[in-house]
Amino acid sequence: MSIQDLTIKEASELLRRRKVSSRELTESALDRIRRENGRINAFITVCDDLALSQADAADKRLAGGDGASPLCGVPMGIKDSICTRGVRTTCASRMLEQFVPPYNATAVESLLASGSVLLGKLNMDEFGMGSSSEFSIFGSVKNPWDTGRVAGGSSGGPAAAVASGLCCFALGSDTGGSIRQPASFCGVVGLKPTHGLISRYGLVAYAPSLDQIGPITSDVTDCALVLDAIAGHDPRDPTSANREGEDYSQGLNRDKLPIRVGLPREYFGPELNKDVKNAVFKAVSMLEEAGSSTGEVSFPSTEHAISAFYLISSAEASTSLGRYDGIRFGYRKTGAKDLEELYQLSRSEGFGREVKRRILFGTHALSAVYRDKLYNKALRIRRMIARDFSEAFESFDVIVAPAYPETAFRMGEKTGNPLKMYLGDIYNVGANLAGLPALVVPCGLDRRGLPIGIQLIGKPFSEKLLLRAGYAIEKRVGRLRPPRAGEESSEGG
Amino acid sequence: MEYEVVIGLEIHAELKTATKMFCGCKNEFGAKPNTLVCPVCLGMPGALPVMNMAAVEYAVRAGLAMNCKISSFSKMDRKNYFYPDLPKAYQISQYDLPLCTDGHVEIDVNGKYKRIGIERIHLEEDAGKLIHDAIDHGSLVDYNRCGVPLIEIVSRPDISSPEDARIFLETVKTILEYTGVSDCKMQEGSLRADVNLSVRRPGEPMGTRTEMKNINSLHAVQRAAQAEAKRQAAVIRSGGRVIQETRRWDDARKESFPLRSKEEAMDYRFMPEPDLVPLVIGQEWLEEIRRSIPELALSRVKRYIDDLGIPRYDAHLITQSRFLADMFETAAAACGNPKLVSNWIMTDILRRINEDKDFLAASGLDGQNLGRVMLLLDKGEITPNSAKEILDILAREGGDPDAITEKKGMRVQRDQNLIARAVEEVIAQNPKAAADYRAGKEKSFSFLMGKAMAALKGRADPVQVRELLLRRLKE
Repeated sequence: MSIQDLTIKEASELLRRRKVSSRELTESALDRIRRENGRINAFITVCDDLALSQADAADKRLAGGDGASPLCGVPMGIKDSICTRGVRTTCASRMLEQFVPPYNATAVESLLASGSVLLGKLNMDEFGMGSSSEFSIFGSVKNPWDTGRVAGGSSGGPAAAVASGLCCFALGSDTGGSIRQPASFCGVVGLKPTHGLISRYGLVAYAPSLDQIGPITSDVTDCALVLDAIAGHDPRDPTSANREGEDYSQGLNRDKLPIRVGLPREYFGPELNKDVKNAVFKAVSMLEEAGSSTGEVSFPSTEHAISAFYLISSAEASTSLGRYDGIRFGYRKTGAKDLEELYQLSRSEGFGREVKRRILFGTHALSAVYRDKLYNKALRIRRMIARDFSEAFESFDVIVAPAYPETAFRMGEKTGNPLKMYLGDIYNVGANLAGLPALVVPCGLDRRGLPIGIQLIGKPFSEKLLLRAGYAIEKRVGRLRPPRAGEESSEGG
Repeated sequence: MEYEVVIGLEIHAELKTATKMFCGCKNEFGAKPNTLVCPVCLGMPGALPVMNMAAVEYAVRAGLAMNCKISSFSKMDRKNYFYPDLPKAYQISQYDLPLCTDGHVEIDVNGKYKRIGIERIHLEEDAGKLIHDAIDHGSLVDYNRCGVPLIEIVSRPDISSPEDARIFLETVKTILEYTGVSDCKMQEGSLRADVNLSVRRPGEPMGTRTEMKNINSLHAVQRAAQAEAKRQAAVIRSGGRVIQETRRWDDARKESFPLRSKEEAMDYRFMPEPDLVPLVIGQEWLEEIRRSIPELALSRVKRYIDDLGIPRYDAHLITQSRFLADMFETAAAACGNPKLVSNWIMTDILRRINEDKDFLAASGLDGQNLGRVMLLLDKGEITPNSAKEILDILAREGGDPDAITEKKGMRVQRDQNLIARAVEEVIAQNPKAAADYRAGKEKSFSFLMGKAMAALKGRADPVQVRELLLRRLKE
């Protein structure tokens, strides 16, 4: 039995009916990783023995009738910025190349408690800084739809792994689109939850006020199933919300979805690729078909969003990454003549170019001389953006946006031009700056046959509504699958 | 005086919470290096801080005791700098919204009350400790102290002499001890002070100030301020200019040395701490904390002087510790003669404390039984020597003062016949002395008095004995 095209739901049903064992699923996944990972480069670390022992434990639970969670026995992958006890967690950086955390992230702990099987750790842009998963010391992640193209970033590994069937589902993290943009590029579902819905304990920080862990899955139902397992208050994360739990996977399929959908004028400007625009509009018409109304909205703060995002995220990164100084853990350059040089050499050699660029930028933004002009101003813009959204939510339930101005771009196309790379995040950073939930669902293919995602942004903690809307689109679009080796073309579309 | 001194202090006090500020590790001094640590206080990737609300409560208590405004909304910030004792490369502190602002502390300078402004009190975490030259060509780090909660108390530049600076620090220390916020063990570094000082000619604007860091004794603060005032005055007198800089005070050499100048000052790049939510202090909680604050030392000093007639010096010594002051008040109430109690505390009890600083904590002596011993003494039921002896017994094994008095037969003998008999015996046994007295040799009376008291085992009222002896000798 191959896990290649199984959703969590399908796998779970087979497991419960004892048509397949978790060991079989896991072995098949490990085998597939061995064959395919060379092409995709989604996995940094594969933990065969650990996975098989977890699979055996899951089989015992399933045999004992203790298969309560639909995730029990289902193989998963975890982005390498999320801590896994005893399994190295590198953030795709030389700095943490040898770092083995003595603890699990709370989200990982929840999934393991549900009986999910950890296949390994997934590739990404170093410390989450990038939109293409090319900034990794372990090499670029390749897009399963066209290996000459990027998988998106920074959660390129999770998106590519799910799209190419190397694992049933994955956890990514999203600071400014890092779950949604790769999900869009790889034709899978990705959710950035409301800031605070999922514990950040064990997520290696890039910019804590923006970071959020989220699921990357084959379809909307799976996204809800993973969210069911990982959402909730964690006393170890004071910023995690203490609110009553919801059942995200129940009642996704609605005959009627009478919601008000807002389209921000600023999100459909000339920078937006025509195919993407058409696919998104088509998806919006599917929502109308399901009973929703549509209207236009304006976000005047949009033009400042990218600057504000890069100022705030880089400022937070510059302090959050200060701990990697060669003293306690991580990369240390030997032979330094004094403390100052130890810091300089360890950090210069341990971090890659993009990370260093952002640390320098953020250090500058927080310096006594520039803090008012840069960081504090960015905070004011952040409040404006949040206000734009909350005003829009007086008239609309969901804001629709593209996930990216174009489909997956070519390898190396933007690495030399960071500004160009940054500008692509325009539709994504708003949800992070305002702490809102945002779901990306595949909604079609462009003329080259590359997937396009539509982004649905909601009020705080409106994940359930977003998932229902996403489900309505998915039901009409169908699931997108990349062409497999030996296959002529993709299905669906 | 040619120059006026302007001093402000920054006082760091470790809070004596059971656990650290952001994790469950014990807050304890003296454990084996790196045994009181976890991923959170070591700043490991992905670990997150969780605010220990006891630390907030202690800081608020300190603020209320120093008459501060307590911010209903404040936040934590990151103060960024690189040093091996700081594992996250930032200290979680408070920058622009401290917990407590605009307070004051009253100090007593030999009977003159002065008010020293408190600009702010903020909450922050302590760093670890470097142990230099522990290994060949290298240093080791002990992270046990990392994440221990601290408050930083920043005074206004209202202090006008090195002595006042010492008294201010002493007063703050007493306040922190009374409120149970810190144990203020300066030798263990749980209380340390930075001295900001400048000099000027009277009437002139404020001069350039220097800062001396981490001074850890009361008298060192006074000495450092004295030396720095003298140094700055000498610089100006010789036509030079004081440079704004941070200096290190070497108390052994009684000298300070430049550490870094203003130009080299660090840019801490403060940023709101995104891993913690803002601190919100509700009115109800605030009132609850307010109610937990006892009457403070200086207020007691004033009351003892004005209402009880205790000398100022004694009042200060007795109120130095809340335990002792409470003991005094209980004893004074039980006995009804506060002056007698204070005299005994000043001599007997303080001697015992000086011999053994943990004396009170370990002894069976308390305000109640001390008061009852004093009452017996005040009523003339026992002699001062007996009182001392009873206190010894109480200290050793506790017990009931009346029972001890009875058991030891210490009650003062008032039986006229018994005393008369003893006096007659003494005269009979010492005819020469009696004759000498009668012949006008006054000295012999003391001898006979001593003999009579000894015969009564020291437990008779000396006035009564004296009267009877005189009467018999004159017969």
